[in-house]
Amino acid sequence: MSIDSVDPEDVDAADILGSAIERREDPALVTGNAEYTDDIELPNTAHMAILRSRYAHATIEDVDTEDAEAMDGVVGVFTHDDLARADTPGDVPFLIPVAWQLPSLNDVDHPMLADGRVRYQGDAIAAVVAEERAVARDALDAIDVDYERREAATSPSEALDSGASELHGDADGNVAFDWEIGDEEKTEAAFADADNVVEFEADNQLLIPNAMEPRACVADYNPGNDELEVFMTTQNPHVHRLLLSGVLGHPEHKLRVKAPDVGGGFGSKIHNYADEAIAAWAAKHVERPVKWVATRSETYLTDAQGRGHETTAELAVSDDGDIQGFRVDTKANMGAYLSTFAPAVPTWLYGTLLSGQYDIPAIHATVEGAYTNVPPVDAYRGAGRPEASFVVERVMHLAARELDMDPVEFRRRNFVDDDDFPFETEVAVVYDSGEYGKPMDEALEMVDYEGFRERQEQAREEGRYLGIGFSCYIEACGLAPSELAGQLGAQAGLWESSLVRFHPSGTVTAFCGTSGHGQGHGTTYAQIVANELGIPYEDVDVVEGDTDEIPHGMGTYGSRSAAVGGSSLVKSAEKVVEKAKSLAAHQFEADPEDVEFADGEFHVAGAPDRSVGIKDVAQQSYLAHDMPEDTEPGLEATSFYDPDNFVFPFGTHVAVVEVDPESGEISFEQYAAVDDVGNQINPKIVEGQIHGGIAQGVGQALYEGAEYDDNGSLVTGSMQDYAVPKAEHVPEMETESTTTPSPHNPLGVKGVGEAGTIAAPQAVVNAVADALEPFGVDGVEMPMTAERVWEAVNGRATADGGSEDGTADETAGGDGGER
Amino acid sequence: MTTHDITLTVNGTDHDLSVESRTLLVYALREELGYTGTNVGCESSLCGACTVLLDGDAMKSCTTLAVQADGATIETVEGLGGRDDFHPIQTGFQEEHGLQCGYCTPGMMLTSVDLLEENPNPSDEEVREAIEGNLCRCTGYQNIVNAVQNAADQMAATDGGEDVDLTREYPTGDGDDGGEGA
Repeated sequence: MSIDSVDPEDVDAADILGSAIERREDPALVTGNAEYTDDIELPNTAHMAILRSRYAHATIEDVDTEDAEAMDGVVGVFTHDDLARADTPGDVPFLIPVAWQLPSLNDVDHPMLADGRVRYQGDAIAAVVAEERAVARDALDAIDVDYERREAATSPSEALDSGASELHGDADGNVAFDWEIGDEEKTEAAFADADNVVEFEADNQLLIPNAMEPRACVADYNPGNDELEVFMTTQNPHVHRLLLSGVLGHPEHKLRVKAPDVGGGFGSKIHNYADEAIAAWAAKHVERPVKWVATRSETYLTDAQGRGHETTAELAVSDDGDIQGFRVDTKANMGAYLSTFAPAVPTWLYGTLLSGQYDIPAIHATVEGAYTNVPPVDAYRGAGRPEASFVVERVMHLAARELDMDPVEFRRRNFVDDDDFPFETEVAVVYDSGEYGKPMDEALEMVDYEGFRERQEQAREEGRYLGIGFSCYIEACGLAPSELAGQLGAQAGLWESSLVRFHPSGTVTAFCGTSGHGQGHGTTYAQIVANELGIPYEDVDVVEGDTDEIPHGMGTYGSRSAAVGGSSLVKSAEKVVEKAKSLAAHQFEADPEDVEFADGEFHVAGAPDRSVGIKDVAQQSYLAHDMPEDTEPGLEATSFYDPDNFVFPFGTHVAVVEVDPESGEISFEQYAAVDDVGNQINPKIVEGQIHGGIAQGVGQALYEGAEYDDNGSLVTGSMQDYAVPKAEHVPEMETESTTTPSPHNPLGVKGVGEAGTIAAPQAVVNAVADALEPFGVDGVEMPMTAERVWEAVNGRATADGGSEDGTADETAGGDGGER
Repeated sequence: MTTHDITLTVNGTDHDLSVESRTLLVYALREELGYTGTNVGCESSLCGACTVLLDGDAMKSCTTLAVQADGATIETVEGLGGRDDFHPIQTGFQEEHGLQCGYCTPGMMLTSVDLLEENPNPSDEEVREAIEGNLCRCTGYQNIVNAVQNAADQMAATDGGEDVDLTREYPTGDGDDGGEGA
């Protein structure tokens, strides 16, 4: 069902929270009045371009910048040696840090500009600053780099192979870390007693985020007061400020990071890259504004990629269909260096989700992280959770098939019971709330499951192959509390901060430390605050994305903004109401405990005619002519909200496809999604997030994948070669929702930003596998190109002696079809 | 560096400017004339963020040289309508939540305007085909399709009234060299 949006003016104040109002961001965005980073034009701006390694792995013998420096319009050319020579006080190593630790982590140096070695195609070698953008790019061609090439490895298994060339002196065998979760002994025992063991082996391919706006920054330094301002494409300005401060040795309080309008991120703008640091350094060095805007080619080469897993898994399951144990072994591609939060992604964000929606009595997972000659791999929409859900839901598909059970009944049999929440899994997390059968029931109705099976049978008789695929996903958002994050290795707290400020005239500005980049926080946060304060929606303005304006913040990623940022705003608003109540009580000459607050009005209990509006109280607070004793003037409050736990959205996605075994083409007949993201602040925005997430998940299933040649050169380095889905590639999506509020935050929200991306890939793969069951195909490697599908069908047919009669696949899930 | 004196009529205003031979139309619009509503996403005609109407046809300004556009009439997002006088396509995008980050939106809207000018009553499939050369990473396209249909409905309902004039006359010419990708 498509949600109809409404004009906020048509919504009663009391109903604003939960209304599908139109976004207030849109007028600027649809009239050309948005301001993205490249739109910022400061006087006397110089432009920077970065020379990048053309090879995936090489020693750099020499970098000759002389000719480039001599070019007209070139302000300066800088290499690693120049950084080291810079007049920055202190001993600044100009290394890009990693902000997540694991006990076994082999941390390695990541120089801001290459220090005698490049480790991926695109590694930064030198920076040119010039009067014009085009001149800076021209000058790159005049720099002469003497490379001594080395062997490259781009997949984890290659890099971990004993013969592989090592990337770093500090990481023997290219091992970034070894990590495990769950109970190995218990799991082994479960397998020893298992009736059946279902095997699975598959890759989860590397993906390139492709936010439509390339990364960019404008850095401006004022030598008079030592203030360094960096306007940049960021999802988390305060985190970037802290990290940039360390990288550059510039004091944090003299550094401002501001996110102008940001054109999408999907994770790629969380991370602390070298490029923005180089621009900031250059601005200090040349003492004028420096602008750097990535070309699309540069985003392909340097934006942190996502996924990159090689996994084998086994499920122990009884003859009756009860899951007994689950064992997973994953090799994770970390790329050439450790990106900001990279170590968390294939470990804590992956392993903890391996119980899916199921009550699994024993789980053990091991993950080995590998340094490889690809760009650093870090969070991309979903970040660890899609990889987990993919493994779990593919295995569920294969297990049901092996047991000859209906995939729906198999899943239902193993769902965590509604009565078992909060539910502690075998992989260290406690699910907050859930009713996993509800979205499943709704989805089955949407696709008319019984009718489908009849149609499928009939179609097969006609030589047409329909398939249905289920994905019952779980997501974890708003990683918290900070104490737990610290125990898991985060070098940061994962609270969120906000400030709610009444102005003397009665309007409000709400500041929040998250940093939206398309999610519509300006709208949803205003809905939250207006609701809490009982004032008109249009009287609330929202400010995000500026370290000079907002007390502090951790940013927008991991579907955390509503659950953590939104809740922080609730807490700040509650404090504002509490103070206003004491002022109202003073005015009433009543005990604050006798004063009630509803719909923006304070009144004395039992005397409704004695009332005062919160806006009047705000005005009085600033006049401060008659304040209660020991009460300061003004009306504003700040919170640092640290949640009690993660929140766990869930849902069921169902893909219905037809596969042409002759051509390998896949076409969608239906895509139905039922998501439970807890309470919804704005259902239209929720719908948009689900749609976009599904499109990216379908992209992974069918189209997308970073491919490297034997030399480690990216062969999918443009939009021509890497298939970002177009309008015709994405199916019509039918979306519904159920609502199971989270008990862990005052809004009862669960988060929605990543759900679709987490759910979709395996729904589509399972549908294709279901369609091709008569050919003995139990899976196809992603992206499921027509060629791969054809090979799966025809390769299998040949191996089985040309049989097309549905010969059972004896190694279901083994190496069948996946790789 | 050789420069050329050219004239561009942008959103009804004539501009005389001097550009290098290699200056791309999008940079002439953005950096010389200040029309920063037109975005650059790929500099290779593939993403469509830079789409403008050039002599009435949707055209990717990142692979059009400014000198090629000499004498042309150009419509950018700034010319569609302000916040108090939205063009139907702008209304459609807002009402249907056809945008999230907004980066692809100016180009997406101008391609849609071109479509609706040629086909005032497109099917959903025709909309999807028409915007094939414009990539969006946020929305999954469904609400963009709805937005274009919403605009088409508004136009039909107002029967070509003045404030939904999508059929204004441009000097014709085969300006579309395939850059549109549709």
